[in-house]
Amino acid sequence: MTGAPILEVQNLTRAYRKGGLFGGSSFKAVDDVSFTLPAEPQVFSIVGESGSGKTTIARMILRLVEPSEGSIRLLGRPLSGKSSDRIDNTEFRRLVQPIFQNPFEAFSAYLPVEFYLRRTALNLKIARTDAQAVEATDLALKSVGLSYERIRGKYIRQFSGGELQRISVARALIPKPKLIVADEPVSMVDASLRMSIVNLFRQIVEEQGVSFIYITHDLSTAYYLSDQVSIMNTGRVVESGAPTRILDNPTQAYTRELMAAIPTVGQRWGELAEIDRKFGYADTRQKSASTHQTINHNAQCDRRKP
Amino acid sequence: MITVDKVTVGYGTTGFIKAVDEVSLTINDNEILGIAGESGSGKSTLMRAVYGDFSTGLRIQSGTVTGRFEDARTGKVIEAPSSQFAPLWWDQLSYIPQGSMSVLNPLMKIEAQVVDGLPARERQGGSRALRQRIAEFLAGFGLEETVLDAYPHQLSGGMRQRVLVAIAAFVNPRLILADEPTTALDVVVQKKILLMMVEIQRRQRNSLVLVSHDLGVHYQITDRLVIMYQGRIVEQGPTAEVFANPQHDYTKNLIASLPRLHGKRAVEVVGAPA
Repeated sequence: MTGAPILEVQNLTRAYRKGGLFGGSSFKAVDDVSFTLPAEPQVFSIVGESGSGKTTIARMILRLVEPSEGSIRLLGRPLSGKSSDRIDNTEFRRLVQPIFQNPFEAFSAYLPVEFYLRRTALNLKIARTDAQAVEATDLALKSVGLSYERIRGKYIRQFSGGELQRISVARALIPKPKLIVADEPVSMVDASLRMSIVNLFRQIVEEQGVSFIYITHDLSTAYYLSDQVSIMNTGRVVESGAPTRILDNPTQAYTRELMAAIPTVGQRWGELAEIDRKFGYADTRQKSASTHQTINHNAQCDRRKP
Repeated sequence: MITVDKVTVGYGTTGFIKAVDEVSLTINDNEILGIAGESGSGKSTLMRAVYGDFSTGLRIQSGTVTGRFEDARTGKVIEAPSSQFAPLWWDQLSYIPQGSMSVLNPLMKIEAQVVDGLPARERQGGSRALRQRIAEFLAGFGLEETVLDAYPHQLSGGMRQRVLVAIAAFVNPRLILADEPTTALDVVVQKKILLMMVEIQRRQRNSLVLVSHDLGVHYQITDRLVIMYQGRIVEQGPTAEVFANPQHDYTKNLIASLPRLHGKRAVEVVGAPA
């Protein structure tokens, strides 16, 4: 099946019932969404606010939620239904792996994290013996800049959020998947580490040929990372295309609103000047810069290793 | 308003784990002060020490945090170390904690929770008049009176957070400490809440301290900015100055690592940690 698109999503809809036992109404969390990830590895971003339906799409692709209507095909084969070429569970989990928002909830606090990585290798039949599992785990960890030796025997609380999210990425890489679905993978990570994770995704796309579905509310990392972006609002895709096309020249009012809400450095929101005027507040930013100081400690703060 | 003088703060009853290391800082009247830094840099601990909440095993090892509050009604000036701030909470100073999405009691309606924290003098006019005043205050921020009759789960995360910000400001405190008030909210809701906080500060002419790891947020709303790294302040100054001319390497790094929406998009792969 070479050349088949990684993922084809067609007219995907997920409806939930709202209200009483009889009557009530139906609410569409995802409403008639279609998109395709071509065979060449790439990053496809789905951007939207809370409640826009982006996580529901991720859950349907991960087979955690059944679509109400529409279909999803992975490498040309259906994800659900009775067809004979339907992908079975183990095979599916080897091809598609998730990364979730909060790495501290992704692993249990009561077992060392390397246990989960070894289990992934064994469960997905990537390894048959413990030694092979360790080897597969080590390989995956090395591709995110860690190693089995470094994480061995440690529990989640002994890692920083950024490190643990790297470990979740490594876990997802163990079966050498075709597609990783990452749902808000950096929204819990500090700004300074966020870009290193985002860069890691790009590196994985290029070096290991894995495609990503990157789900986020953060337009700026989506712009930075993606080959294609879809903007969602209330269950529908309002705009999609190459990130430079969308963000340099948005055609939809909603996209513009989303962009205007980003706290960008270098461009202050117009509403703030209005508030200042309303309350007669002089802009203190214009005051003298004499109070600006750097504090040099005897023990110089060494920058964290890059 | 608040003077923090060479304060070292940490945790532990037997041992001592240092979280804030000899930090000095002034919180002025009528300003928005931003504190930036990554997790573990000590910003939340510093906030707790300023608020005077030592219930979590927090301990000031050396240095002092002193506050000077003026009662708007009586004109009486109170000067005290932060360990004696507790009677002033929700009156002279309020705190919007991190993860305040989950600090509301799920079994109580919003109104009961708001009234619960108010100082006695606010309740003197009777509960109906008080409700009226709270409703009017909320209306000023586009929040309907019906939120008072809701249980927390009936409100969205953004709505709950707006209610919390409004509660914190209702008694007209002189100092509001907000610890990551918009983390985990999407940008549209975040903008609404930040604008609301700025409006409150400009109207009440009090002091707002905003802790956030998002430099974009600081650029937008703070007047002065403090950068913390590994428990210490590495740089402070007027916000515009810090951005225009960052002095410390760590600040330069932080500013350089911000993704931009326009212009260069080329991906430079940064090496993985050794």
